[in-house]
Amino acid sequence: MTTITEDYHAHPDATGHFGPYGGRFASETLMDALDELSAMYTKLKDDPDFRQQFDKDLAQYVGRPSPLYLAERLTKNWGGADIYLKREDLNHTGAHKINNTIGQALLAKYSGKPRVIAETGAGQHGVATATVAARLGLKCVVYMGAEDVERQKLNVYRMRLLGAEVVSVTSGSRTLKDAMNEAMRDWVTNVDDTYYIIGTVAGPHPYPTLVRDFNSIIGREARRQILEQTGELPDALVACVGGGSNAIGLFWEFLNDEGVEIYGVEAGGHGLDGDDHAAPLSKGRPGVLHGNRTYIMANDDGQISATHSVSAGLDYPGVGPEHAWLKDSNRAKYVAITDDEALDAFRELTRTEGIMPALESAHAIAYAKKLAKQLGKGKRIIVNLSGRGDKDVHTVAALDGLSI
Amino acid sequence: MSRIAATFERLKSEGRKALIPFVTAGDPRPDVTLPLMHALVEQGANIIELGMPFSDPMADGPAIQRANERALANGMSLRKTLDIVAEFRKTNQDTPVVLMGYLNPVEWMGYETFVNAAHAAGVDGLLMVDMPPEEGGGIVDYAKAVGLDLIYLVTPTTTNERFDIICKRSTGWIYYVSLKGITGANTLNVDEVAERMRWIEQHTDIPVCVGFGIRDGETAARVASVCSGVIVGSVLVNAIEKLESESAIEISSQVSKLLGDMRTAMGRA
Repeated sequence: MTTITEDYHAHPDATGHFGPYGGRFASETLMDALDELSAMYTKLKDDPDFRQQFDKDLAQYVGRPSPLYLAERLTKNWGGADIYLKREDLNHTGAHKINNTIGQALLAKYSGKPRVIAETGAGQHGVATATVAARLGLKCVVYMGAEDVERQKLNVYRMRLLGAEVVSVTSGSRTLKDAMNEAMRDWVTNVDDTYYIIGTVAGPHPYPTLVRDFNSIIGREARRQILEQTGELPDALVACVGGGSNAIGLFWEFLNDEGVEIYGVEAGGHGLDGDDHAAPLSKGRPGVLHGNRTYIMANDDGQISATHSVSAGLDYPGVGPEHAWLKDSNRAKYVAITDDEALDAFRELTRTEGIMPALESAHAIAYAKKLAKQLGKGKRIIVNLSGRGDKDVHTVAALDGLSI
Repeated sequence: MSRIAATFERLKSEGRKALIPFVTAGDPRPDVTLPLMHALVEQGANIIELGMPFSDPMADGPAIQRANERALANGMSLRKTLDIVAEFRKTNQDTPVVLMGYLNPVEWMGYETFVNAAHAAGVDGLLMVDMPPEEGGGIVDYAKAVGLDLIYLVTPTTTNERFDIICKRSTGWIYYVSLKGITGANTLNVDEVAERMRWIEQHTDIPVCVGFGIRDGETAARVASVCSGVIVGSVLVNAIEKLESESAIEISSQVSKLLGDMRTAMGRA
């Protein structure tokens, strides 16, 4: 049983550090903007009007609370612990990403800046940003790696329909990390009139904190829901980890709960024995990337590695600094699931429950299958179903040899 | 006295300004960098800023991004960058060399190992783009122990409060980034820089050098007249790109000639 020996809600410190991780490793040009953002967020996060507006938007625009669903047929087939799915896939725009963009769009509005930018991997954060920008009448530019533009065409078109400009990034490995580099470059150049809506719990302080806070609604609801449905806390939580925003969103409310085991699932790609994966917590080591110190995948010279995952949203060589700290402090365990295991889980959940998960979330489903057997009957696992799989249908079809 | 302090003192006594070229180590190939450094000195470089190649140069524009990619594709690394400086020092003990880059390769090597290796190679200063003074705590003691200067950036968005912090932490010189944005972006506004420089010089005794947006001799001369030196980067890196397939000697000769023209415009006296 997990024993809690410290207050896991007491982080980060005033300068944005989670133990040795996090911080603000940013260009000097951005330091003042980051100070301003910190000050604004510190003031607004406890402001009743701001909280009320955020809660109202989540309820009336996003459609929260999202259900906590006992997947009975899946549970029966697996023959182990009860599987509860936190249905973030049912949110407006189809993923947890909207929780954060609603919050940050409010910050952008308060800041008075007329233009927002974002980076995106799978396109879910880009769509969520383009959505709130459309709603608030903000100009929106989304940076997306050229490889991701290719494999996530549906989301690219959704963003364009929403009025956003999608910039295909052709530098480096042409994926999420390069999109983030390009968004940083834009922000450095246009810092006076532009608010950068970072999509995950990474980046320079205060981003890891505010993105976590906006997503922590997931765990607050799930904790209340499981208590209502079963009268008890879960035995384990499972969520996929790319940058780690859906995972921290589910985990945070439970961090101080004894007896709740926490599992973050990284992208194992073609397997952790080779280099074709995106599992910095499993196989990387601490370094500095995109404004924070965290676990990173890099070669012997410290050059950032090109990563691989079938899921664009997990295809990132770093991870949010709070996860790095939760790993080191042994509060959470980080494991990996391969492309093939995730694809099997995608099909299994679709056929068994009529729920098509995003390939990112399918990694969490696949690990839950293993864990359900280990924990056994009568135990409860909450799996964060962070997004829906519509965007991945053509990827899966291509693997089946079909073009749709 | 450090090589950097001695250089600024000598230039000041001669009524001259520092001309500081930036090139990425190993661009376009590792064999080019050493002859290029010597050629730059011959053409009037007072200090050399050598970029440590990084896979994800977030503060750089397309020209220097490609320079990083060329260097890494041709096998450049942080170790090899230090080796080149050590070779340079065998025949040049006077011209300061400052390494500029991003923190991850340095973290990967380890601060203590890196600082000692850099010092042994003859490196004089260090400028980490993604390490503001607040995050420099891990390296500052090692750097101080061997006399390696830590140079920090000041930008048009730096507040007066932050400026004070940066001045206290900076040794060697302060690098004033003349415009908001990435390397190689716009052309700077000399009048704005001059105004800011007047304010800065009232608040610090450390030499202030200006970089970003200096593309020609005339701009270099005008900017140099209001500060202690100018840093020239993207112009040289663009030239290297055009000469990519040429011999090391040809690249060194043509690229350093560009710098020589700037020196001439700034006045050799």
